Amino acid sequence: MSAKIDRAFYDIGHLDQLAETDTPLHRLDPRAKLLTTIVFIFCVVSYDKYEIAGLLPFFLFPAVLIGLGNLPLGFLLRKLLLVSPFVIFIGIFNPWLDRAVFWQLGPVNITGGWLSFFSLLLRFTLTVGAALLLVASSGFPTLCMAMEKLGTPRIFTVQLLLLHRYLFILTGEAIRMIRAHSLRSFSGKGRITFRVFLQMLGNLLLRTIDRAQRVHLAMLSRAFSGEIRVLRKFRFGYSEVFFVAGFCVFFLTLRFTGVTALLGRLVLEISR
Amino acid sequence: MSHHIVEVRDLKFQYPDQTLALGGVSFKIHHGESVAIVGANGAGKSTLLLHLNGYLTPSEGVVRIGDFQLTPATVQEVRRTVGMVFQDPDDQLFMSTVFDDVAFGPLNLGLTQEEVRARVEQAMETVGVSHLKGRPPHRLSTGQKRRVAIASVLSMSPDILVMDEPSSGLDPKARRQLISLLQTFKHTKIIATHDLDLVVDLCERTIVMHDGRISADGPTMEIFNNQELLARSCLEKPLRMQGCPVCQNSEA
Repeated sequence: MSAKIDRAFYDIGHLDQLAETDTPLHRLDPRAKLLTTIVFIFCVVSYDKYEIAGLLPFFLFPAVLIGLGNLPLGFLLRKLLLVSPFVIFIGIFNPWLDRAVFWQLGPVNITGGWLSFFSLLLRFTLTVGAALLLVASSGFPTLCMAMEKLGTPRIFTVQLLLLHRYLFILTGEAIRMIRAHSLRSFSGKGRITFRVFLQMLGNLLLRTIDRAQRVHLAMLSRAFSGEIRVLRKFRFGYSEVFFVAGFCVFFLTLRFTGVTALLGRLVLEISR
Repeated sequence: MSHHIVEVRDLKFQYPDQTLALGGVSFKIHHGESVAIVGANGAGKSTLLLHLNGYLTPSEGVVRIGDFQLTPATVQEVRRTVGMVFQDPDDQLFMSTVFDDVAFGPLNLGLTQEEVRARVEQAMETVGVSHLKGRPPHRLSTGQKRRVAIASVLSMSPDILVMDEPSSGLDPKARRQLISLLQTFKHTKIIATHDLDLVVDLCERTIVMHDGRISADGPTMEIFNNQELLARSCLEKPLRMQGCPVCQNSEA
């Protein structure tokens, strides 16, 4: 059990490490990437619930990002797989609830339920993938700064920053606690009973409060007055404008004109 | 500026649960002095340190830092003067990169961007962590974290450095490097520690605490040669002042 947690722990760190590399994508102003990703996500989720074909061209965006940013596809796919159960649970009953037949492929009936389920999976892959790519290409802290520059209330970004910063330390603490437990629980083979789990949770909460107090003290001793200030210059240059404008035009065209269908018909015409 | 940079008079402190942590502590520290505060676990060292930058308010007694008596009105000024290095660097380094962390204090002091940048570079240079400036602090080794923690305090140009167990958790080499680094500082230093060998290297004066009171205050060597006092305060002679066990055995 703890090995699994350890693994997840290092994986979050790995996402941050990816953000430290230097590629054309990483050099782009984070605001550009954030804006483009937001437009991308809105376009993807705004489609009709049975849409499949229209979503496929959107895979070009993550593909370009992976290429530009030299990011590891396998690692990102594994991350996607990790969160996929949530979405699968949301959509898994669609095929039973919605039995209207849309197409017939020979003997197989494709129902609306299956279509909406696959559409949901596609959307999940696109949006969560884009979010992962955003973090892997910019780094969480930088993204928070970008959000603030774009007008997100400071209290919100500061919360996010501290959350991210202490995630590692808290996870570390939890891992050590689980380790200590498994080293002293022989008969239970490392299983944590509900009663013990509650105590551990309570303990972790108390430790967190103590830690928060010490961190607050550290902030106070460095003249903290309620506002976190950071020195960072962002530059929104031609490449950023080109990146945002190019992709947004691409997404909006896909979304609001029937380019995909047109292309499909064109291909069919030619092949005929 | 007054002659004494730190003055504590009849300081008493009781925690809300009625534990008397400090039962009347008095001492004065001069400019540029380097003072160790030693004592058993629970003797009141950390509680005392928390008073020096105004995190705790005395139940009774007076704390003066530089020209200011510590009151809620002067606490900001005091915190600017006193740089506090915490025992656990994970508590102290809360920003997401080393640079941001070192810049946190100066930015809060309202300095200009150039000034902040210069101070941060200078502080990182002094402790030798310039190459780490873009790294997230939680991914550094303990030795590196400790250096960054010190840099994050140095960048505010404090007059007084207060440190809680600066050598805990360091490997022998990192500890040695830390000692050499601290030796180059001209600040007034107040160091609470169990590492008595570090005290011998760094502090000419030692204050021994026991049960919330000062049981001795004097030249470090004098105190460490007082076997009876050390035993009473749950301490031992620094290792280097004890006979070498290997040599003793070979002589016998």
